[in-house]
Amino acid sequence: MVEVLDAPAAAGSDAVAHLLDRARGLAERLPGARHPVVAAWRARGAETFASQGFPTRRVEAWKYTDLALLRETRFEEPILAADIRPPLDLEEEEGPLLVLIDGRVRRDLSAVSHLAPGVAIASLADLLRARDEETVAGLGGLAPETLPLPALNAALAEDGAVVRIADGVDGGTIRILSYATARAGHPVAFHPRHLIRLGRGARLVLVEEARGEPEAFAWQNVVSEIQLGPGARLIHIRLQDEPLSAVHTATLAVRVEQGAEYDSFTLIKGARLTRNEVHAVLAGPHAALHLNGAQLVDGVRHADTTTVIEHAAPDCASRQTVKTVLAGRARGVFQGKIHVHRAAQKTDGYQMNQALLLSPEAEIDAKPQLEIYADDVKCSHGATVGELDLEALFYLRSRGIPEAEAKSILVQAFLDDAVSLVADEGLRERLHAETLAWWQRVEHGG
Amino acid sequence: MPAATDTLETVRDVTEGGYRWGFETPIEQELIPKGLNEDIIRLISAKKEEPAWLLEWRLKAFRAWCAMEEPRWAAVRYPPIDYQDLHYYAAPKRKAQPKSLDEVDPELLRTYEKLGIPLREQERLAGVAVDAVFDSVSVATTFKEKLAEAGVIFCSFSEAVREHPDLVRRFLGTVVPPSDNFFAALNSAVFSDGSFVYVPKGVRCPMELSTYFRINARNTGQFERTLIVAEEGAYVSYLEGCTAPQRDENQLHAAVVELVALDEATIKYSTVQNWYPGDAEGRGGIYNFVTKRGACRGAKSKISWTQVETGSAITWKYPSCILQGEGSVGEFYSVAITNNRQQADTGTKMIHIGPRTRSTIVSKGISAGEGQNTYRGLVRILPKAQHARNFTQCDSLLIGDRCGAHTVPYIESRNPTARVEHEATTSRIAEDQLFYCRQRGMTEEEAVGLIVNGFAREVLKELPMEFAVEAQKLLAISLEGSVG
Repeated sequence: MVEVLDAPAAAGSDAVAHLLDRARGLAERLPGARHPVVAAWRARGAETFASQGFPTRRVEAWKYTDLALLRETRFEEPILAADIRPPLDLEEEEGPLLVLIDGRVRRDLSAVSHLAPGVAIASLADLLRARDEETVAGLGGLAPETLPLPALNAALAEDGAVVRIADGVDGGTIRILSYATARAGHPVAFHPRHLIRLGRGARLVLVEEARGEPEAFAWQNVVSEIQLGPGARLIHIRLQDEPLSAVHTATLAVRVEQGAEYDSFTLIKGARLTRNEVHAVLAGPHAALHLNGAQLVDGVRHADTTTVIEHAAPDCASRQTVKTVLAGRARGVFQGKIHVHRAAQKTDGYQMNQALLLSPEAEIDAKPQLEIYADDVKCSHGATVGELDLEALFYLRSRGIPEAEAKSILVQAFLDDAVSLVADEGLRERLHAETLAWWQRVEHGG
Repeated sequence: MPAATDTLETVRDVTEGGYRWGFETPIEQELIPKGLNEDIIRLISAKKEEPAWLLEWRLKAFRAWCAMEEPRWAAVRYPPIDYQDLHYYAAPKRKAQPKSLDEVDPELLRTYEKLGIPLREQERLAGVAVDAVFDSVSVATTFKEKLAEAGVIFCSFSEAVREHPDLVRRFLGTVVPPSDNFFAALNSAVFSDGSFVYVPKGVRCPMELSTYFRINARNTGQFERTLIVAEEGAYVSYLEGCTAPQRDENQLHAAVVELVALDEATIKYSTVQNWYPGDAEGRGGIYNFVTKRGACRGAKSKISWTQVETGSAITWKYPSCILQGEGSVGEFYSVAITNNRQQADTGTKMIHIGPRTRSTIVSKGISAGEGQNTYRGLVRILPKAQHARNFTQCDSLLIGDRCGAHTVPYIESRNPTARVEHEATTSRIAEDQLFYCRQRGMTEEEAVGLIVNGFAREVLKELPMEFAVEAQKLLAISLEGSVG
């Protein structure tokens, strides 16, 4: 499956032209095609992508991540196959679940009936076909569509999850599972667009998973637009665990209104290449943001977390702890920018990113960045890079703990600084289990 | 020390604010025509009676420059520079090379006295050897004989080309290649003078060496080039100061500094940069686009950069260390102030190549008025840099709500045994600190000066004594008008 990646490469501009061809060919058939606002939105996306193409490493935001893999591949749309069932036990957990296979919502696999009042979960494609004006109005409202990948998503977005929680409603926990199969046997690309909206004082726990076992090269280029009304609170857990035949580029745009809180944890266990880009705006006073996460990267994988936090209003707080563990020939990237606008007095910003290198062939590149235009602020960032503490290792070994286990303990302890920030015990345990499973994969050379 | 006292006096004179180094010296100038092309470069080279290899070297740099684009990635904004509208060579007129200070134009000496750099007194009393560069050429170097006794070569760059061509040829452009970047290429093509220092094996330079740079002529750019070589076990401490007249138009300063430290050699390079910063509305001021780099070639060699950047309308400067020798050490200590409309984008690069290399970065940025201050730095650990170590501390202080403070560190590590730590903070002067000082009868400006000096203390203590006192005063002066 991996050798697909080395398939004959088309020229860079060919790949762009091919994607634009797809966009033109599908323009009449994509959901909402006959709605003038949707059609104009898609056309704008195609135009932006046409003028920029895939970002190269000469673009500052892509200095450390090369998209050659995408530039050199001809992607087709995934085939529609109603018989594909992911090898997962979907009934394992209670509560609403939306399943996407190769970017399309599968109602037959999802569990979105019997929702509580004020909770709505739907397929974007369905809503666009139904000319749902609220959905149309929400498209592209937050995502940075002047950037090429979100623009391409706009041009080709076919489906996605739409979640709405009404004012004052506690939406409980909702799960979204995105599974890649690339059943057709040729490289496929899909561009899900999720729209998440919490009304005034609403609450929700959203657990998003990206998995898959694609038979061919699969590129998921997802855009999520998340809007939190005043006083709303969203706990957002994202877990991505995809094989070497997958490339995952995600752009998440979050707008946090007055007194609202966005609390997220993203666990990346990889695809061949992952780019997790977050653009968060603290738009009203006393809004709070937690952008925590861990990148567990092994083998030849490449994981890149790039975040931009905009403090646009006074009295807001942002907290970010991101840990990266690298094994094999892996490469990790962290780019985190905190931008404090002139109006954002009394900003409290904190960012910490730490990387652990476990192999002489691994590489970490970090670029924490502060851009500050207000004076009454408290902002700090810290970054560390290093290996396992040899003294701590010796201490454990001197107490009779075998080396492999001692290492495992230290890696888990390193990650725990970030994972322990997840307040919900059940979710935290699950993340622990995921990090342990990753470590076993590394130990057994998986 | 009298010289230091004199400098102090000069600085103490400045009580009502403003740029006190802004006078112009009415001296007869020799200017070559405006513009930049191969003929101008040939003319500069001919005026300096340079050997053919150096002219070729310049022309090669010029051709590379023609194909290069001006860098745009720094967080600084300025109107396009017309590189054809500048004089690339300006020199005080004189008949022959001065043999001693007695032959130097007295008007020039008075200029340096006004600047607080009394060359004569310094020669006799201060024990600091000075090379003074006026516009494009070096006008006087003091203490030559005493240095020569120790085997230290300290002279103008032109003189070095004449007297020590082999040494110059061996090291020139080996740290900053002629086509390294846009401004370095420009400098390599048109550089007119600068300082050259060579400290032979095992010699500890008996005194601090100092260069004073002065831009005087109108519509000129200053392009000096400094090359310092410390042979095995040598030690040298080098100081650099700069001022320019007050003018409404911007002037370009694009210098290149190359340092080479061989086995167990140490070079300490200190700068107090006080080029004219422009007025409160942002008119005039120097564009300071400088490439400074040191190569720690030998085992256990050490290069330490200390800079106090208070002047210039725009600063674009990243004194860096290439840590090649096993166990070599790089240091960067910086205070940068931007007030009014000043913009500074400054920082360092620490490239860890050899095993057990170590680097320390301490950067203090102070923004006031509408100033924009950016720390931009790179720490790169290459695969062979076993057990390399870096510590970086970047702090920013904001005074007023119309300025900006930015931190852009790049950290790249390819060796698991290396440890890199980076910390950055941004805050403003605490109200309680101000209140405490005010309550004890200090004016607000005095209080700010005191607090800022405390903020910058870790860097100021790295400066040689004479400079430290001057730098402290400069910090306070640079911030005048930023509070209240």
